[in-house]
Amino acid sequence: MDDKQRNEAYNQYVKAKIPKTRAWPSLFNSFWVGGVICLIGQAINDLLKLAFPMLSQQTNWTLTLIILIFIASFLTGIGVYDQIGKFAGGGSIVPITGFSNSITSPSIEFKSEGIIYGICVKMFTIAGPVIVFGVASSMVVGFIYWIISLF
Amino acid sequence: MKIFLDYLWVFLIGGTICMIGELLIITTNITSARILVTFVLIGVFLEAIGVFDYISDFAKAGINVPIIGFGASLAKGAIGAVETHGFLGIFTGGLTATAGGIAAAIGFAFLFALIFKSHTKK
Amino acid sequence: MEGVTIKLKKQPKIIGSYAIVGPKEGQGNFGTYFDYVMKNDFFGEDTFEKAERKMMENAIVGVIQKAKLQTSDIDLLISGDLLNQIISSSYAARAFKIPFLGVYGACSTMAESIAVASILVDAGFCKNVVCCTGSHFSTAERQYRFPLELGNQRPPTSQWTVTGAGSSVISLEGEGPKVTEITFGRVIDWGINDVNNMGGAMAPAARDTMLRHFKNTKTKPEDYDLILTGDLGKLGSEILIDLMEDEGIKLGTNYGDCGQMYFKRKQQTLCGASGAGCCATVFNSYIMKKLKEQQYKKILFMPTGALLSTTSTQQGDTIPCTCHAIVIEA
Repeated sequence: MDDKQRNEAYNQYVKAKIPKTRAWPSLFNSFWVGGVICLIGQAINDLLKLAFPMLSQQTNWTLTLIILIFIASFLTGIGVYDQIGKFAGGGSIVPITGFSNSITSPSIEFKSEGIIYGICVKMFTIAGPVIVFGVASSMVVGFIYWIISLF
Repeated sequence: MKIFLDYLWVFLIGGTICMIGELLIITTNITSARILVTFVLIGVFLEAIGVFDYISDFAKAGINVPIIGFGASLAKGAIGAVETHGFLGIFTGGLTATAGGIAAAIGFAFLFALIFKSHTKK
Repeated sequence: MEGVTIKLKKQPKIIGSYAIVGPKEGQGNFGTYFDYVMKNDFFGEDTFEKAERKMMENAIVGVIQKAKLQTSDIDLLISGDLLNQIISSSYAARAFKIPFLGVYGACSTMAESIAVASILVDAGFCKNVVCCTGSHFSTAERQYRFPLELGNQRPPTSQWTVTGAGSSVISLEGEGPKVTEITFGRVIDWGINDVNNMGGAMAPAARDTMLRHFKNTKTKPEDYDLILTGDLGKLGSEILIDLMEDEGIKLGTNYGDCGQMYFKRKQQTLCGASGAGCCATVFNSYIMKKLKEQQYKKILFMPTGALLSTTSTQQGDTIPCTCHAIVIEA
C-alpha cells in the first residue's frame, strides 16, 4: 500500500470516527434565535412607521437595518454576541447582525496593533468577501439590465 | 389578528432561513464568511429574477433582516440606477442603495473598537 | 525502523517543576495541582501576548525558586511556545541573564525541551537547565482561528488551547524523577488537512514514535505505569488506540491523554484541551507529584505537535505532525 492509498484510507477512517452530534438541538436554536432577530427587526420597522409616517418604505428599512447593526455592534463590544453565536450558530450569523458582528469583532480584536494597522486594516478580514461578492454581483446584474435596456 | 399573522410569518420565514444557514454549517463545516457570501449571492439572484419583492411583501423582516435582504438591495440599487442613469448606474447603483448599512457597520465597528477591549471566550 | 532511542547514562533528574494556568484551566480536573491560577486571562497586562509572556516569566522564576536555586545557578534556558517566531519565549528570556535556546515543536515542545536539556546535562556540558513551555488560548485563537468576539460555533472535533505555562529544572544534583530514555519523533503526515481535527492529524505521529520506541527499547505498554500522550484529545486518543491495535499492540487502562483528561465535561471543550501549555502544565503538576509519591514508577511521556502555520492552512496543505517520547522513572 503506497502513501497515497494509506492517506485516503486514513482520511475515510477518521471521517467515520468523528463524533456525530445531534443536529436537531442546534437547528432548533438557530431557528428560534434567527426568527426572534427578524421579529425584533419587524418591530423596529413598525415602530418607525408609526413615529415617522412620511418616510418611504425603502428609507424605513435602511433605518431599521442601521439600528440592528448598531445593537449587534454594541453587543459584540460588550462580549455578548459571541455567546449568542455559540448557542445559535446560523441563527445569529445569517441576519444582518451577523454581518455587523463580523466587522466589529476583528476591529476590537486587533485594536492592540494600533488604530491604522489594527482596527482599520483588519476590519474587513471576515466581512470583506461579503462586500466584494455583493458589489461585484450587483455590477453583473446592473450590466445585464443595461444590455437589456439597449434593445 | 392581522398583525399577529404577519409576525408569525416573519418569525417562521426568518427562522427557516437562519436554520438553512445552520444546516450548511453542520453539513459542510463552512466558515461564517462563506455563509454570509452565499446568502448575499442568493439575495442578489432573487432580486435579479424579480421574485424578491413578492417574497418581501408577506415575509417582511423575515427576508429583509437576513443578509439576503442586503444582497437584494445591492441588486435593486444597480437595476434602478441603470434605469435612471444608464451605463454609470452599473457602478453607482449597488453601493448607493446599501450605503446606509455599510457605513453604519463601519462607523459603529470603529466606534466600539475604540471604546471596548477584547474579551476572552468562556 | 529508523532512528535511535537515546539511553541516558547518568540519568539527569527533574529537580523542580512549576505550573501556572488561567482561570478556566484552574476549574478543570487538575485544578488543585497547579502552583498558581491566574484570576483573569490578561494577568494585569494590556494585551494577551504580554500576558502569555508574563506567564512564562513567572513559570521560570517559580521553578528556579522551587528547585531552591538562584538565577545565577542556571546555565541554559530552553523554551518554546505557539506564537509566530516563538516571541513569548524570547521575550520572557529577555528578563533573565541566562543563555537562551528557543525550540519549536508545537504542542510537543515540553518533551522536546526536556529531551534536549537532559542530553546536555547528561553529557556534562550544563549543570542546571530550565525548560519552559506555554500557550495562551486568546493569542492562539487570534493567530490560528477567528477573532474572539466573532459569534461562530466550534466544530465537534475542535479542542481548546490551554492558557498556561509549565517549567522544569533538569540537573544531575538534587532529588527528583529521572529522565532515562529519549526517542525523537519523525515528521509524519497522513494527509489530514482539517485544522479543526488536530487529534486525527497527530495520532499517526504518536503511533510512529510509540512503535519505534517499543521496538528500540524492547518494551511493551504493560512495562509502563502510565503512557501519556499530549493533546490528542478525545477523538485522537481513540484513533491512536485503534491504530496501535492494528499493529497488534493493545493500549490498556495505563494509557491516558492530557488533552482528554484536562477539562471537565461541563466546561464544553468538545474534544478536550490542546496547546503547548496543555501537557506542560499537567506534566509539571499532577504527573510530577505522582512520580515523587512513587505512585508512578516508570512513565512514557509523549506529547504530539502539529507543525502547521496559518499560511500552509490557507493554501490547503495537509498537516505534518511530530511526537517526541521521553521515559521518566521515579
